[in-house]
Amino acid sequence: MTTQATPPKPLPVPQPEWDFYWEKAKAHELWLMRCKDCSTSYFYPRPICPNCFSRNTEWFQSSGNGTLYAFAIVHRAPMPAFRDDAPYVVAYIELEGGARMPTNLVGVEPDPEHIKIGMAVKVYFEDRTAEISLPIFRPA
Amino acid sequence: MTRDLAGSVAIVGVAESDEIGVVPGKSSLMHHAEAGYNALADAGLSVKDVDGLFTAGFSTLATAEYMGIKPKYSDSTSIGGSSFLVHVEHAMAAINAGMCEVALITHGETGRSRRGARPPADASTPGPQFEIPYGINGAPINYAVACSRYMHQYGEDRTRQAMAEIAVSTRKWAQMNPKALMRDPMSFDDYHNSRWIAWPFHLLDCCLVTDAGAAVVVTSAARARSLPKKPVWVLGTGEHHDHALMSQMEDLTVHPAKVAAERAFGMADMKPADIDLTMLYDSFTYTVLMCLESLGYCGPGEGPDFVKNQRTAPGGEFALNTSGGGLSYTHPGMYGIFLIVEAVRQLRGECGERNVNPKTALANGSGGSLSSSGVLILGVD
Repeated sequence: MTTQATPPKPLPVPQPEWDFYWEKAKAHELWLMRCKDCSTSYFYPRPICPNCFSRNTEWFQSSGNGTLYAFAIVHRAPMPAFRDDAPYVVAYIELEGGARMPTNLVGVEPDPEHIKIGMAVKVYFEDRTAEISLPIFRPA
Repeated sequence: MTRDLAGSVAIVGVAESDEIGVVPGKSSLMHHAEAGYNALADAGLSVKDVDGLFTAGFSTLATAEYMGIKPKYSDSTSIGGSSFLVHVEHAMAAINAGMCEVALITHGETGRSRRGARPPADASTPGPQFEIPYGINGAPINYAVACSRYMHQYGEDRTRQAMAEIAVSTRKWAQMNPKALMRDPMSFDDYHNSRWIAWPFHLLDCCLVTDAGAAVVVTSAARARSLPKKPVWVLGTGEHHDHALMSQMEDLTVHPAKVAAERAFGMADMKPADIDLTMLYDSFTYTVLMCLESLGYCGPGEGPDFVKNQRTAPGGEFALNTSGGGLSYTHPGMYGIFLIVEAVRQLRGECGERNVNPKTALANGSGGSLSSSGVLILGVD
């Protein structure tokens, strides 16, 4: 019996208001949006502030420093493309400035004994294709 | 404030599809149709009486055509597993406005035996853009992340014990329900030894995946009194949603039920202590824990004390999920409507050895990624 080849992982299809985000990610930079009226920084980026609905918003480069807000350790992959990765860590990261983003945490044992909410993390980038790099995080 | 809606409509018919559990021989639409016809028969009504149709999962265009219904009021609101409880609220509004008189709410899914792939998520939405490329997809992962935050805030060990209490007590109820899929005894060791799906969830923290349909008939108070079975009055309703993606949820420990319940309890002029039977959407053990708090049965972080020592099991002080729930009875995908089916049967006294003889019941549907809530407070004379 042969084992089936693992299919490729799903990639984002950049949408118009997210072209800039993916272009910067390709250059291994994490850029988010913030509101110039209410000073909220937020994820995911959108040109209208989700807090005060102002259109007076701007892109800024995130330091990529943050802390772990919540996580799960995936043992049963939700799709065949992630079968070989399991167990892997899904994480919400609270970035400096307050925006919270979903991502993967790597460079740490996938074991709750080694992963603590509040731990300091730092962004780095995983090149999935020549065009798409994903911001992921590891312990700082 | 809502006008005086409490008791203005009643649930007069409930049913499942002919067979539920593992049913490879029927499509999702067939489950809708069987359940719909069965619920109308339970109400003493026929398809010809239906003038309002409510469906989630499919457009009402599909269910109406399949069942031979030509409605004058149509609502395909689809906000996950809470949809059907929200449909009851919408039916109440429509009936009170004179837009329809007999509302049929249908559900059917073949989560287990489905033929053909589900359509992929729309690439233009944030999920495929910012979550799916990371392998963040599906309820077990999303809910597990939320649960980790609760554990962090309120203590991992006591949260774990509470989740085990809920899994074990729910299985005990299922053992008294002939329609439940999982009726083998479950010990605490079985729970703790079950394999990891997504830490902090063991397999036995997770709901089932089954094939099933259910339907509910709602009508005016006047019409309800003319029908053969005891009306189950809709005393209070509420709905709320506040995000779609779990990563956009502001507080991972507070369910939108908190807001929905304010309207429902206000309309009914009741409080949690007035409820005899509580039916909570148990997609995961954690969902039950947080909803007990968000609905006001206990305070934030007090859920583990509320459920300890099998307090929610048969014979316990607090009757909870007496059907065996999504954890052990059935869960085809959007389980919410089955909460109503059990609550109505309990209020009518149709549940045999597991009947707890309630006069009042509360059902809370949860949909999406802890995204939406539909709360119903029901009662009998």
